[in-house]
Amino acid sequence: MQQTETCRTDIPQMLEIADVVQEGKGQKSFFFRHSIASKPGQFIMAWLPSVDEKPMAISYHNKKEFAFTSQSIGIFTNALDKLKKGNKLGIRGPYGNSFSTKPNACVVAGGVGLSSVSIYGARSMEHLIYRKRFKNMMITTDDGSFGRKGFTTDALDEVLSRNKKIKIVYTCGPEIMMKKIFEICQKHKVELEASLERYMACGFGICGKCMINDKICCIDGPIFNSKQLNQMSDFGNFARLKSGRKVTIKEYHSTH
Amino acid sequence: MLQTKLCKIKLKNPTILASGILGVTKESVDRIGKRGAGAVTLKSLCHEERAGNSNPTMFSYDGIFLNAVGLPGQGIDSAMKDFARLDNLSLPVIGSIYGYRIGQFGEVAKKMASLKPAVIEVDISCPHMDYGKPYYADPELTAKVTKIVKLNSGKIPVSIKLSPNVYDIKEIAHAAEKAGADAITAINTTSGMVIDIDAGKPILDNKIGGVSGPALKPIAVRCVYEIYETVKIPIIGTGGITYGKDAIEMTMAGATGIGIGTAIYYRGNDVFRKVCGEIMQWMKKNKMKNLDEIRGIAHKR
Ligand SMILES: Cc1cc2nc3c(=O)[nH]c(=O)nc-3n(C[C@H](O)[C@H](O)[C@H](O)COP(=O)(O)OP(=O)(O)OC[C@H]3O[C@@H](n4cnc5c(N)ncnc54)[C@H](O)[C@@H]3O)c2cc1C
Ligand SMILES: Cc1cc2nc3c(=O)[nH]c(=O)nc-3n(C[C@H](O)[C@H](O)[C@H](O)COP(=O)(O)O)c2cc1C
Repeated sequence: MQQTETCRTDIPQMLEIADVVQEGKGQKSFFFRHSIASKPGQFIMAWLPSVDEKPMAISYHNKKEFAFTSQSIGIFTNALDKLKKGNKLGIRGPYGNSFSTKPNACVVAGGVGLSSVSIYGARSMEHLIYRKRFKNMMITTDDGSFGRKGFTTDALDEVLSRNKKIKIVYTCGPEIMMKKIFEICQKHKVELEASLERYMACGFGICGKCMINDKICCIDGPIFNSKQLNQMSDFGNFARLKSGRKVTIKEYHSTH
Repeated sequence: MLQTKLCKIKLKNPTILASGILGVTKESVDRIGKRGAGAVTLKSLCHEERAGNSNPTMFSYDGIFLNAVGLPGQGIDSAMKDFARLDNLSLPVIGSIYGYRIGQFGEVAKKMASLKPAVIEVDISCPHMDYGKPYYADPELTAKVTKIVKLNSGKIPVSIKLSPNVYDIKEIAHAAEKAGADAITAINTTSGMVIDIDAGKPILDNKIGGVSGPALKPIAVRCVYEIYETVKIPIIGTGGITYGKDAIEMTMAGATGIGIGTAIYYRGNDVFRKVCGEIMQWMKKNKMKNLDEIRGIAHKR
């Protein structure tokens, strides 16, 4: 027993990018011919030497390959955007817990990092991703350039009022959106699992900055259920910066 | 059975969360308390907010753990609002501080003291600013830092945290004791590097980092052994403690407190309860009632 505990290894392994797929504006999926034992909702840490190492949700995996999908928003993700097939990235993981994958589910997603979708919102059509990979999905865009105009949250409220068979909602995306989804699910008494993001450095529960109240986001999460979310006063309200200073979610997203 | 007194502070057991492993938030103190720790050390704080280094900042393999987080922290002023006070939490809290310049150690100590931690621990392993050498590597500098922190801490006991990266750790420990330190924490990480041969680059963005975990244990045991021979003040033995047997070994070298950091990575937040259980099992088997019976016995001829 002692042997296995201290043999634990978490070191980046340099893997060649087997494929790059442009998904939407500024959004690319990077594929690796490498098996990874992951469950839906888990993430990896991707290291681009001399740039940085950041968390990315696993967006696709089968027995032989996996992928993550990055949205360019800053130094690291812009550097990823320039990578080509044949370039290498250091990968470690998978980390975190996973979605429960129960039947009669509705999935609400915004932005990127989604693994399976049924209501999906983006700013406008050119930001939409995975449109071909998923059938049977309701799409909303903030500007109405594709699908239904408006927010995923309005669509969900309507769907839950109409379809009483839905037992659980899975969501990932901007926290403000997820907070609203949480409120809608509470109203309809439907179970929710949400994937939360916090500043993560280690991914394995040591650095302590990703704490959401008494939960360590990277190991207890990133997926939390209604019961847990209900007890998290930080959810939708506060997050910690890289320094560990607690700020409002709004400031958190505008600071880096 | 495991009750321990450290600088007159009663601990329900000798295990103490080491600085820099969680310990960023108030909630993490309670969390670790619930998992059986005797005390918790907060992540080191200085006079200003610091984001720290870019990633990779830590990784591990083969019982070797490397980190170069670069002392990120919200800064003492922000922490004063965040924590409000440290004497009303579920267990004793040790406030870890540092500064760049000697004067800043005093400034931060004073503010930390106002939060009323059980002990103030001084991380003297930060990069030097005033002098050519790091504070931990020179007995005179160690004494200077110790004096200024003591001067600003009132009645709160002060522990000086030493680095193994020195020629003679005994003279550093002696200097700290002579300057008024109430305890010694030993040790911080030892410096190291790992290069990824496929990337052709050191993995840590900072290139050089600190080695902790099982790989550090023999170095830590040696340091604590040497310090115990030199000073009378209690030692918080830290470095690679992962199992009950490691804690017993550290106690035999002379430690009173048992610092545990990286083992959380290997055995989870419950490591404190696990280690305590293993120590008690060993004590029962060897018909012992108190850890005092074995403290420092490795020194007897
Ligand atoms: C569990 C998890 C899964 C994620 N999955 C994806 C994904 O699948 N696709 C994707 O595009 N992005 C994902 N992210 C977010 C991604 O890590 C950030 O977008 C990325 O780190 C931005 O780095 P940057 O240098 O490009 O931008 P910066 O300008 O440094 O940061 C922009 C914003 O990204 C966030 N961010 C930055 N660094 C981190 C960090 N180390 N940890 C968490 N958040 C950070 C902050 O909100 C910040 O305001 C995920 C984050 C987490 C925590
Ligand atoms: C990620 C990490 C961060 C650390 N940060 C600090 C710190 O801020 N201040 C400090 O005095 N020691 C810090 N340390 C050192 C530990 O407190 C401890 O002395 C060292 O890791 C050896 O103990 P261990 O093997 O039980 O981890 C850090 C160690 C690690 C692994």
